[in-house]
Amino acid sequence: MTVRTYVQVIATFNKEGVITPHALTFHGKQYIIDRVLDRRAAAASKAGGQGIRYTVRIGEKQTYIFLDEKQRWFVEEKDSVR
Amino acid sequence: MRTILHSDCNNFYASVECVYDPALRGKPVAVCGDPSARHGIILAKSDAAKRCGIKTGEAIWEARQKCPDLILLAPHGEQYIRFSKMIRRIYSEYTDRIEPFGLDESWLDVTNHPLGGVEIASRLRKRAKEELGLTVSVGVSFNKVFAKLGSDMHKPDATTVISPENFRDKIWPLPAGELLFIGRSTVKRLSHYGIRTIGDIACANPNTLHACLGKNGDMLYAYANGLDVDPVMRAGESSDVKSVSNSTTPPFDVDNETDARRILYLLSDSVASRLREQQLYGRTISLWVRSADLHSCERQVSIPTPTNLSKVITRHIFSLLQASWDMRSPLRSLGVRVSDLSLAQQQSPILSPDPPLHRYEKAECAMDAIRRRFGVSAIQRGCTMQQQRPLQIEDIHHNFSGANMSAIHGRGEGI
Repeated sequence: MTVRTYVQVIATFNKEGVITPHALTFHGKQYIIDRVLDRRAAAASKAGGQGIRYTVRIGEKQTYIFLDEKQRWFVEEKDSVR
Repeated sequence: MRTILHSDCNNFYASVECVYDPALRGKPVAVCGDPSARHGIILAKSDAAKRCGIKTGEAIWEARQKCPDLILLAPHGEQYIRFSKMIRRIYSEYTDRIEPFGLDESWLDVTNHPLGGVEIASRLRKRAKEELGLTVSVGVSFNKVFAKLGSDMHKPDATTVISPENFRDKIWPLPAGELLFIGRSTVKRLSHYGIRTIGDIACANPNTLHACLGKNGDMLYAYANGLDVDPVMRAGESSDVKSVSNSTTPPFDVDNETDARRILYLLSDSVASRLREQQLYGRTISLWVRSADLHSCERQVSIPTPTNLSKVITRHIFSLLQASWDMRSPLRSLGVRVSDLSLAQQQSPILSPDPPLHRYEKAECAMDAIRRRFGVSAIQRGCTMQQQRPLQIEDIHHNFSGANMSAIHGRGEGI
């Protein structure tokens, strides 16, 4: 089962209002986002929810982080990992 | 030839709930009102619930009898409105002619779009799924009536094309009741003439239909033969609103005039506010009541000067209440409607020379501004704030705009 896990994110807003995440804290550990590969509206089909989905690269790994309608960031996490 | 799409979000309320809780997918799910507030009916259901025979509008206890495993969820109105806006934003990337029909359905006129109707329908379905997690069914046709029938034909997540070549095969065998604006009583009247399918309507003598149903008979004949020329309204254009109304079933039976008055104040406030939002004035004011033993009655009055002021509406509504209710039988539901509408710019200042009313107009416009900014409960009339039998002002004062109004006012579609 996959669940929504809300995370703390360090992000910047540029002059046009575009939000770019730079780092996220997941289970107490901070991960630097090396690159934002894509951003688009999307449903979080595994964990549920909807918002702006950022496809990001953290080290060698590519993953999604979502910004929901309440301006909260979340990731989809496999429940067994917890 | 026009290219009209009708897009219908499948099981809209239930689908939005499933977006937020994927564990619900595939299970019998129903969104229902609050039984403790006496709103305990099914508002929407998933496909799995539909297969169990659950119907929109039935009581929760009936639904539970049909499906003991039914998962009941409270509605999240704001979330549905948000999703409705998001899907319309997707539509607006293809056309500015978008006419909503309730929160979950819209017509789109995509005539002359280089992609063509079928390709746009495919893109809408793909985007709705990816971006919102919803499925939509799209009817593609050359008029609004057939486009809507097309979207109803295959669900979920399907495109159905109704063309001038195939409409006789696809549409005509359908029961007459499937046609837009045909209700149960019309079906009954038509069946007296042996008219049971849409094809029967199309092939009937137009004079017979006119004799049977008057102007509506002419309209249905045109609809059934694919001759509907009703345009799709451009985004922002108002549809031809016939009336603005609001009704409520409070959590208690109304057995005294004080409670009746404060409920009618709230209803009149909400109706007046929506009239002003649409820059409309109305000349006919109607009161609708339903007693605890479910008998309904409606009384109306026409006034010389059209109004959109709660002050004026409540004055007439209270007179109608006194004339139509003896207070011996408690009331279960009450409603207020204003009809015979005209646009604001048609109001000559000579027609409304009543200076005291200008003060009320200013006051009510100020209330609108406060409510827009801080919510409907930010400012209330003193008489509506009684604590013993509290009313949820947010429930009564539906502060919805255009699209949802149609769902509330007489064009109610099962969502």
